[in-house]
Amino acid sequence: MKTLARPLPRQLPRTLPRNYLPVLVTGALFVAMFVAGGIRYEGFATGQIILNVFIDNAFLLVVAVGMTFVILTGGIDLSVGSVVALTTMISASLLPSTPSILVILLVLAIGGVLGAAMGAIIHYFEIQPFIVTLAGMFLARGLCYTIGTDSIPINDPTFTSIAQTQIKLGPDLWISPSVLIALAVVLLATYTLHYTRTGRNVYAVGGNEQSALLMGLPVARTKIVVYTISGLCSALGGLLLSFYMLSGYGLHAVGMELDAIAAVVIGGTLLTGGSGYLLGTVLGVLVLGLIQTVISFEGTLSSWWTKIVIGLLLLIFILLQRLIVTTGATRDR
Amino acid sequence: MKRLAWPLGMLAALLLVNLIFTDHFFQIEIKDGHLYGSLIDIFRFGAPLILVALGMTLVIATSGIDLSVGSVVAISGAMACLQISSLTSQDSIGGVLGAVGIALGLAIALGVGNGVLVSVIGIQPIIATLILMVAGRGLAQLITDGQIITINSDPYKLIGGGYWLTLPFGIIIVAAVLALTAFITRRLALGLLIESVGGNAEASRLSGIRSRGILIVVYAFCALCAGIAGLMISSNVSSADGNNAGLWIELDAILAVVIGGTSLAGGRFSLSGTVLGALIIQTLTTTIYSIGVPPETTLLFKALVVTIVCLLQSPAFRAKVFRQRRRPAPPAVAADEKVTVRT
Repeated sequence: MKTLARPLPRQLPRTLPRNYLPVLVTGALFVAMFVAGGIRYEGFATGQIILNVFIDNAFLLVVAVGMTFVILTGGIDLSVGSVVALTTMISASLLPSTPSILVILLVLAIGGVLGAAMGAIIHYFEIQPFIVTLAGMFLARGLCYTIGTDSIPINDPTFTSIAQTQIKLGPDLWISPSVLIALAVVLLATYTLHYTRTGRNVYAVGGNEQSALLMGLPVARTKIVVYTISGLCSALGGLLLSFYMLSGYGLHAVGMELDAIAAVVIGGTLLTGGSGYLLGTVLGVLVLGLIQTVISFEGTLSSWWTKIVIGLLLLIFILLQRLIVTTGATRDR
Repeated sequence: MKRLAWPLGMLAALLLVNLIFTDHFFQIEIKDGHLYGSLIDIFRFGAPLILVALGMTLVIATSGIDLSVGSVVAISGAMACLQISSLTSQDSIGGVLGAVGIALGLAIALGVGNGVLVSVIGIQPIIATLILMVAGRGLAQLITDGQIITINSDPYKLIGGGYWLTLPFGIIIVAAVLALTAFITRRLALGLLIESVGGNAEASRLSGIRSRGILIVVYAFCALCAGIAGLMISSNVSSADGNNAGLWIELDAILAVVIGGTSLAGGRFSLSGTVLGALIIQTLTTTIYSIGVPPETTLLFKALVVTIVCLLQSPAFRAKVFRQRRRPAPPAVAADEKVTVRT
């Protein structure tokens, strides 16, 4: 009993702030980048710059929220980019002949069903998430190309009106409806993750699947639910991308799964699962967006620096996570 | 041999489809002293994939994964082309060898970096190599300055597009690397050590195996294979494209390894299975082109193949289907009978 009781009081005060540390670091990084940009470039430190980051990355934000659920259970979803592309492609090809509300419901259903199917295969047939979602990625991308290899423009009045609406927030400040949708998704996801049973199950399964099972938690349902959420979020992200691009194309969102994973990791979520916050993911997306803004302000830097900087940031944050885990509790990987 | 039955059967099925639908598929002829034919083409265009998959096999045997091979392919091709384009005479053999050496050295250095992240710092392999996968494309474009470097060098052209002893040179390179790998891993102790690290890294460390060193060597070898594949790809088209060279080759390579029967859980690997897996993927691509299915559907076929192969290999799937025979699962029922006889 003595040996059991001893580490507990030491551990508790340590682990609590430690859990928030990565999120705090990401937040500090975002503020530092914004301040540095404001000092270096003229016209950078305005509210609209931050709003633009939201406007340009609303779809990534939604996709990254779904990815957070999956990564929190210790899984990974490589199919998100392809599902986004598939959504734009299906919407663009159906819209001329189908009412837009039906199209929206249909693509959301397709995303959800695809996610649920992958989740079921992962859980019931015990195949690694990596391989199953890789197959899902091939499948969705292949379906895009079977629909068509060219870019299809979207002329539907509902879609174009959403695309062109500007919601004024003040003088010279505006956001697009997509940002509102993305923020609503973030709020809903935060509520689900932190205030519902499903959310607690997600953390429990990610912490230790075996323990969760022995505690009588619905592991199967939880795992299928997170992949369904990720599929739904990808489809919704695809809709937001259709609003943003007003076209459907099989090559939209190539490599987006990497951006989403990077945003989640930079946001401080442990890739082994069980630890992380949605706020971190939001900050991660903002940091990625701000890097692009800084590079476009710099002008002389070429676009490939974005990738190198994101890679370096990933490295730093993963090393930081590693440091926290090893010096923190006696938790195993 | 039993483990190879499935990939062999699949390859045979694919070839059978070709036998029925494609004329002259199995014809091999000699033109200008070179071998020509669809079968030779499968080997020739599949050579980079086989190489990358070989390296990937060893990484997966240590229960790791290397996502960065596509980026390493791009980087090594870009580096070699950059060095050759700065030579005064692009046909000088010494200069080309130097460029190849620099490119491969860079690839090995990147691989060692991956290995250190995985073994010394202890990051999950999928994440450690994700870093290089993201940053590597940027690095490749940094090397080429965002341009496509075009070169005109006969010695370099030999690596990916040339012939030697009537055979495409790429096939000879693959055969050499395969023979060397098979010798080192199957005749020497290294293969056993790799499998033990993959089975249980901690237990093998306690039994006196230097798992750190082995991991670093394995990741460096994987990057070296990717580097050679990068040279082949860039030499075949005499140019380096930082953006598109080796795009998605990591996924094809992992697919080849999985089809070949190496478990992603590590601890066991099959080099011949991997070669078969890579050949299946290449034959699938060739078949789709030759029987006139639109090439856009290649990905659909791949998705189908991955799903079927993974389901068949999953013990949970076999157990469930065996128990519930009533559930219709056409491709699996046949699989099931053979498997149950065996176990």
